[in-house]
Amino acid sequence: MRYSALSVLLNGLTGKAPAPAWRSPEPKAEYDVVIVGGGGHGLATAYYLAREFGITNVAVLEKGYVGSGNIGRNTTIIRSNYLLPGNNPFYELSMKLWEGLEQDFNFNAMVSQRGVVNLIHSDAQRDAYRRRGNAMRLHGVDAEILDRDQVRRILPFLDFDNARFPIKGAIRQRRGGTVRHDAVAWGYARGASARGVDIIPHCEVTAIRQDHGRVTEVETSRGTIRCKRLALATAGHSGITAAMAGITLPIETHALQAYVSEGLKPFIDTVVTFGAGHFYLSQSDKGGLVFGGDIEGYNSYAQRGNLANIEHVAEAGVAMIPALSRVRVLRAWAGVMDMSMDGSPIIDKTHLPNLYLNAGWCYGGFKATPASGLCFAHLIAKDAPHEVARAFRLDRFARGHLIDEKGQGAQPNLH
Amino acid sequence: MASLIPCPHCGPRPKEEFTVRGAVLPRPAADAPVEEWQAHVYLRENPRGDYAEHWHHSGGCRRWLVVKRNTATHAVHSVTDAAEGRP
Repeated sequence: MRYSALSVLLNGLTGKAPAPAWRSPEPKAEYDVVIVGGGGHGLATAYYLAREFGITNVAVLEKGYVGSGNIGRNTTIIRSNYLLPGNNPFYELSMKLWEGLEQDFNFNAMVSQRGVVNLIHSDAQRDAYRRRGNAMRLHGVDAEILDRDQVRRILPFLDFDNARFPIKGAIRQRRGGTVRHDAVAWGYARGASARGVDIIPHCEVTAIRQDHGRVTEVETSRGTIRCKRLALATAGHSGITAAMAGITLPIETHALQAYVSEGLKPFIDTVVTFGAGHFYLSQSDKGGLVFGGDIEGYNSYAQRGNLANIEHVAEAGVAMIPALSRVRVLRAWAGVMDMSMDGSPIIDKTHLPNLYLNAGWCYGGFKATPASGLCFAHLIAKDAPHEVARAFRLDRFARGHLIDEKGQGAQPNLH
Repeated sequence: MASLIPCPHCGPRPKEEFTVRGAVLPRPAADAPVEEWQAHVYLRENPRGDYAEHWHHSGGCRRWLVVKRNTATHAVHSVTDAAEGRP
């Protein structure tokens, strides 16, 4: 069924219960492509495989329920304000896909281009953001530098005269914003399922079997499934799935917390980030302030963080917006991140000719979901990288072609 | 993560006093092949389970420690001085 205002009206009037948005098939014995991981990236990959490349004999295997991983645990921000040539065109493709996504997959993902504002606190930071803004504009991405008065007009409640970190201006990407994260998973799942993809939840892959240097089948909690091609999209747990195929990755798994406050009246209509620490804030449509900070800094597969980081994030938030001091936090949770050695992702082939890898998204995976799906589908379908994802190679560490957006070096807990 | 780390020199101390460097890995020989060095610098086993890491007690005795712990349950099994057992 196609969703529209008319379908809402007709279904409302007839009192008909809506049909499930996607099918729940039993797994078949064999597929052309098996995708491990039913999160945003895995579902988007399946969707674009079917839609762009006509490959529909596809299964998406998810160990929990659809959308139970990081697609439902992020702070919903989208942006394409990247500096480096290896990153920028990829994230801009993602932004363009976000802009047409809801029409494309006929699902309301509440894409809201409310803008992303990164604050500037010093002359050096202004120089760095000017450079970033220029790099963005050279790649055809929108960017503008705001002075102090312009920032004051859009965010009057910031602590402009903070003694330690006064606000001197900002860089803004107007096309950035937020998206209803769960709806992204649901929309892609619905679109993929309608085109013939089998989405199989509660199906954990426990082993990858090979024969003569090729992947032949996966052992799962719901039986053995043969596959002609196998695609791993399990960011957060990439180390575990890759190890099943004998691959050691340049990745560590770290926990990242996110927070939401009690519901407030409309307070902030953009995404704003603190330039003097790591703090980002937006307001959901329900009124809760959604915010986050840094990763916990030690390897962890537990989807929980520490009180110390909650305190640190709260301090950064209040330093930026003193009015937050009496807002109560409603929930805090954590997701586990594939922290790669240079802070950039991997979309590449592996040493096995029919095994493909999508990993290393650090804490920037959500905004990349559409482009990651499209580029990964391109790689699987054509056995060649998509033009904008050519830099995201697994062997770039060995070759010295790192994409170190932050300039931190090979230390995952600093990215 | 456990809130207290039992430092062998200072006793149980808050986790926030420590800086995590990462996995304890044997250092390749200076003239080892480049592949071995590349793996040492970049590749990690990253297990969901028991793991040994170098932690620096940067807010305390400033000794490098080997912390053995579980990355799924956050249980700390043992903390020893990194120099222990070295010539």
